[in-house]
Order: sequence, then structure tokens, then C-alpha cells
Amino acid sequence: MSEEELSEDMKVVEDVTQSEYKWGFVTDIEADEAPKGLNEEIVRFISAKKGEPEWMLEWRLKAYRYWLKMEEPKWAKVGYPKIDFQDIRYYSAPKQKPELESLDEVDPELIKTFEKLGIPIEEQKRLSGVAVDAVFDSVSVATTFKKTLEDKGIIFSSVSEAVKNHPELVKKYLGSVVPYTDNYYAALNAAVFSDGSFVFIPKGVRCPMELSTYFRINAQDTGQFERTLIIAEDSSYVSYLEGCTAPMRDNNQLHAAVVELITLDNAEIKYSTVQNWYPGDKDGKGGIYNFVTKRGVCRGVNSKISWTQVETGSAITWKYPSCVLQGDNSVGEFYSVAVTNNFQQADTGTKMIHLGKNTKSTIISKGISAGRSDNSYRGLVKVGKKAEGSRNFSQCDSMLMGDQCGAHTFPYIEVDNKSAMVEHEATTSKVGEDQIFYLNQRGISTEDAINLIVNGFCKEVFNELPMEFAVEAQKLLAISLEGSVG
Amino acid sequence: MIKIKDLHATIEGNEILKGLNLEINAGEVHAIMGPNGSGKSTLANVLAGHEGYEVTKGEVIYEDKDLLDLAPEDRAREGLFLAFQYPIEIPGISNATFLKTAVNEIRKYRGEEELTAKQFLDLIKEKTKILDMDNSLLSRSVNTGFSGGEKKRNEIFQLLMLDPKFAMLDETDSGLDIDALKLVSHGVNSFKAKDKAVLVVTHYQRLLDYIVPDFVHVLSNGKIIKSGGKELALELEEKGYDWIKPEKAAAHSA
Repeated sequence: MSEEELSEDMKVVEDVTQSEYKWGFVTDIEADEAPKGLNEEIVRFISAKKGEPEWMLEWRLKAYRYWLKMEEPKWAKVGYPKIDFQDIRYYSAPKQKPELESLDEVDPELIKTFEKLGIPIEEQKRLSGVAVDAVFDSVSVATTFKKTLEDKGIIFSSVSEAVKNHPELVKKYLGSVVPYTDNYYAALNAAVFSDGSFVFIPKGVRCPMELSTYFRINAQDTGQFERTLIIAEDSSYVSYLEGCTAPMRDNNQLHAAVVELITLDNAEIKYSTVQNWYPGDKDGKGGIYNFVTKRGVCRGVNSKISWTQVETGSAITWKYPSCVLQGDNSVGEFYSVAVTNNFQQADTGTKMIHLGKNTKSTIISKGISAGRSDNSYRGLVKVGKKAEGSRNFSQCDSMLMGDQCGAHTFPYIEVDNKSAMVEHEATTSKVGEDQIFYLNQRGISTEDAINLIVNGFCKEVFNELPMEFAVEAQKLLAISLEGSVG
Repeated sequence: MIKIKDLHATIEGNEILKGLNLEINAGEVHAIMGPNGSGKSTLANVLAGHEGYEVTKGEVIYEDKDLLDLAPEDRAREGLFLAFQYPIEIPGISNATFLKTAVNEIRKYRGEEELTAKQFLDLIKEKTKILDMDNSLLSRSVNTGFSGGEKKRNEIFQLLMLDPKFAMLDETDSGLDIDALKLVSHGVNSFKAKDKAVLVVTHYQRLLDYIVPDFVHVLSNGKIIKSGGKELALELEEKGYDWIKPEKAAAHSA
């Protein structure tokens, strides 16, 4: 029986898994990629490829075994054909020499690709003072500005390196915010995560530059399972930028990342994302499935976590960057622009869990739907019994372009403390041809008119993005919505 | 400046303009009057390039160019301006940002440098003074939550800011009290010049006391059935439109 027949025959994950044992994959440790499919062998293969210690492998295996018992979540307002988890390749590494000291040692082909994506690393080093940990497929290839950061005691590396160099930190924090038991995709990620960024800001240090990881999905049929872990110790600060882009492609691709943020007393993490993965073509063919678990814990008093996201890509987005406000007086923020066009589907929002006293959260969500897309905001504001004097303000605005798209808002509010105040506001508006004609009549082209209208709508969120990112985000929005009106 | 020949236009299959002829020269003010449904607003919208209307016959020559060939934004950049009867609300964009974009788009088209922030502010100061406008309207979103009078005044403010060559006012007087009407008229009069032309579309003679036309045309059933000087407006005010209709005056071109 070939792998293909195997995948056709199998309906449920459990069945497949049992059969796999029967067929017993033999994987070549020297191979640059794993064969398609998922079983314990694959998990061991990935761990071995990364030269991981036993404890890391054990953790992966526990996650994998837990995942086997779980069921794919179905509650989101998205529809897609059943994912065949045995038809996915879980590891692929670009061909390169390991342990690079400088960019000169990086495969020039790789650098070329980055340049095509408009991310010339050399330029960035010089111009913007952004340290870049570029993840190409599954292995980190270049980490810059390391020295400057090291002088401050900041650790900015791939998770793989951190496992080797800072096992005590990884052991202490990995999975402490998003345990592998959290949800289906978090469990899957824990079992097979390829790489990602690890950031540690020591006590009292303010990170002098924006930290940034650009990554992209490249190898055919390779799921990307990023794992990011950011720890801000007492009274420290870091701003982290995540920007993604992917080339056009035909096959649906699964992306299931996990991001964990931890702030201790008086610390702050600002996490910004511009997500622009291939959304599929005009007929809804292809595109990336983006099932992400992002969560931060404000563990210390007066600490703050702020999520800002601009989501324009992916065929399906399932993503709820959340804050657990554990420390007293801690603050959680969520600023989001989600754009869907053509056949894209997005079910995104946030969770603000108020546990500590006088905790505050703000949610500003802007959904833009065009074409035949579906855009849902789903948010939970939960105030625990002890969260005396907590406050939340939520604002969810939807904008519709054309009459075949959908916008939905699903706010969930659970309040167990009488002194808490929770406010929710929602609006829906439509970009009309009349608005565009009005702007046309004042000499503004249709394209610029849409940009003006959309940027006006998203202004509150763009204001939260670092400058260069805000410019990039505006451009992305323009591209995503091209030809959607008039 | 603009020459309209045998213009026919339909909306959703209904013919509204049925062979309209009109010529307007630089330095002139023309008023178009007529009963409801006669096609006054249609004419303004067709000239501005509204996509809802289809031109089925005729031609419009504007400054030696085929106007109907131009996209709406290019018509605007060529100096054609429409003060809307119902100005559109655009939430989230401040009036100032909107105007700056518009002014600079038009300047770019003319091959002129974009205005600096200082120049732009000076221009705003000069024009708001003419209309006695409150500066707070600039930071508010375009027309959003404006009263009817504020919207109309904002239209004329845009007219002054963009400084076009040919301005069409589509029932700018409707919904204005007498003080606002005077201010708006003052704005339009300050725009008038030898090299500019104005087309005023209105129901009422009242506006024409303040913006005095050189020519008055009566539009009925998609055609201009009578043209005359400013005294024609007074006559209409007195007698209504019915007295003209039986005349079946031949299509008249000024």
C-alpha cells in the first residue's frame, strides 16, 4: 500500500495512527525532510534533527499522545474540507551549513529569496536598526544584532538554540501559558514544532530595538509549526514584530503556530503582527489555513501585554491572541484589523481573562469583508471573582464591501465580580459606491478612495503599530482589497 | 467652456435627458430651473460622471476635450466640480485629510508641487473666513454627523479649496436658512471670475437673488424648453412652470 492509498483510506486520525504503526515508517535522520504523515517516529525524527535533549523529546511525545485523543474543533464559523493530517510533511529544512556566524555564510539563494520578498536583511541591519531572526521554513538561518543584544543580557535566538543554551528557561516557561493540553492545534504544535523565536529580556532592561522575525512557508506541502516564547522579567520592555509573507501556491497548507508571552512585575510586551499569507485565488482555490494559538500572561503586578494584528492573508484564519491578567493592575490590549476578500474566512478575536484586582483591558477590532468572504469577530471577556475593580472596553466595527460578504460578531461576556465594568460597542458600515463617487468627484481615484475609507476605518489600530509596520500594513490592505468595489 | 449637444441619458433603462443642448462660456453664471423630475440633478450627475447614469446619445465638449470619455476623477482634476445635493458621509477620515488628498491629487494632475502643511493651513484659513466656518469642522469626519446646513457649507468650502474652473451647484440652497444661504452665496460669488463658470441647479428663485445668473434655463421632461435672462426666474416664481409647457418651445441652445 502506498502512502497515497493510505491517506485515502483513512477517515479518522485514530485509524490512521494505528495503521501507521503497522506500516512502521523508517525515517532517515540524514534526510532534509520527513516523509509525509505523523506518528511517534516522526516526532522522534524532528527532535533528533534538532539535537534535542531527552526532556524535550518527552514533552513532544506527551503532546503527541494527548493530541491523538483530541478532536478537531468545529465551533469556529469557518468551513473547509477535512484536513488529512497524514498528508502533511512535518519537517523540512533548507539546505545550508549549520551555526552561521554572519550573513556571509548564508546560502545566497536564501538571501535572494528574502530580497524578493522585500526583506533585504543587510539593508534592515543598516537602516532600521531592527534585529532580524529570519526563519526560513523550519530552521533559523540568520540572527543579527546578536552582539548588541547580548551586551544587555537579552537573549534573542531560535527556540532550538534556546533549548540547547538555556534549558532552564525553556523548561520553566515553555508550555506554561499554552499547555499542550490547551487545544487541538496547540497539542499538534507542541508535538511537531519546527522552530521559532525565543526572547528573554532580563530584569530592568528596555530592549533598545524592535525585535523582528520574518518567516515564510516555502517547501511544498510542509506545514509550518512555529513556536515563539517571549519572557519579560521585572520592569523590562520589548516590542516584537512578526511579519509574514508567502509565495503563490496551489495546495492548502496548514499553519499552526503557538506564541506564548510572559510579563513579570512592571514589565511590558508589545507584540505586533502583519500577516499576509497566500489567501487562495479569486475562486477560493489554495491558500493557507492559519490556526494559531497566541496567549500572554501578565503574571506580575502592573504588567502589560499589547497585541496588535493586521490580518490580510490566509484562506482560513482561526486566531485569538489573548491576555490572562493575573497580576494586580495589569493591562491587556488587543488591536486588530482583519481583512477578508474573495473566499477568505476569518474567525478571529481575543480573550481577556481578568483575574487580578484593578486589571484593565481594551479591545479594538476592525473587520473588513469584501468579495464573498466571511469575517467574524469572536471575543471573550471574563472577569473572575477576585478581579475587584476590573474594567474592559470593547469596540468591534465591521465594514462591508459589496453585498456578497458577511460580517459577524460573537462577543462573550462572563462577569463574576460585581465591581467590574464591561463595555461593548459594535457598528457595521458599508463602503458605498456613493462614497467612492463623492471622492472621485474631488479628484481622488477609486483605488485611493478605497484606501482612504479603509484607512480611516482602521486608524485606531494602525496608530498602535510601529511606524514602518503601519506603512506596510496600509499597503497590504490596499493590495488585499484591490478591485473589490466598483 | 462647456458645450452639451443633444445629450440623452438613462438611469436603469428610463430615459431622463432627452436631447439636451447647452453652452456655457467662461465668466458666465447659468441657472437651471424646472419642476421635480425634469432631469436637473441628472444633468449635474451625468456631467460629473456618476456611473448610475448611462449616456445613450450626444456629446459634451469641455475645454476642447470629450468630457464623457474621462473618468470621474479626471473630470474633477480637469476642473469640473459638483456641489452635491446630498453630500456623502465618510466616517473615519477627517475633513482636513480628505481635502489635503483632494487638493494634492488635483495639483499633481496639473503638474504642480504638493502643498506643504503650512501652505495648506494658510489656504484653509483664507477660505474658512469667507464662509465663516468653524475650524472644528475640519477635524471632524467628512460630513459625518453634520447638520444639513453644515454639509452644504462644507460643499462650498470644498469648492473654494479645490478652485475648479466649472462649478455645478445641485440644489445647494435646499435646507438652508436665510443666513446660511447668504454665506453660501457669498462663497460662490467669491469664486466667480472671468475664467470660471457656474451652473446653478435650483427649484427656487430665492438663491438667484444672491447668486445672480446671466442666463436662466427651464428644464422640462429632459430638455431645455425655455431660456432667458435673470428675469425669467422671477417670471417662473410668479407663474409656476405650467405657462411655459404648452409653448413646446423648440430645444434651445444658448
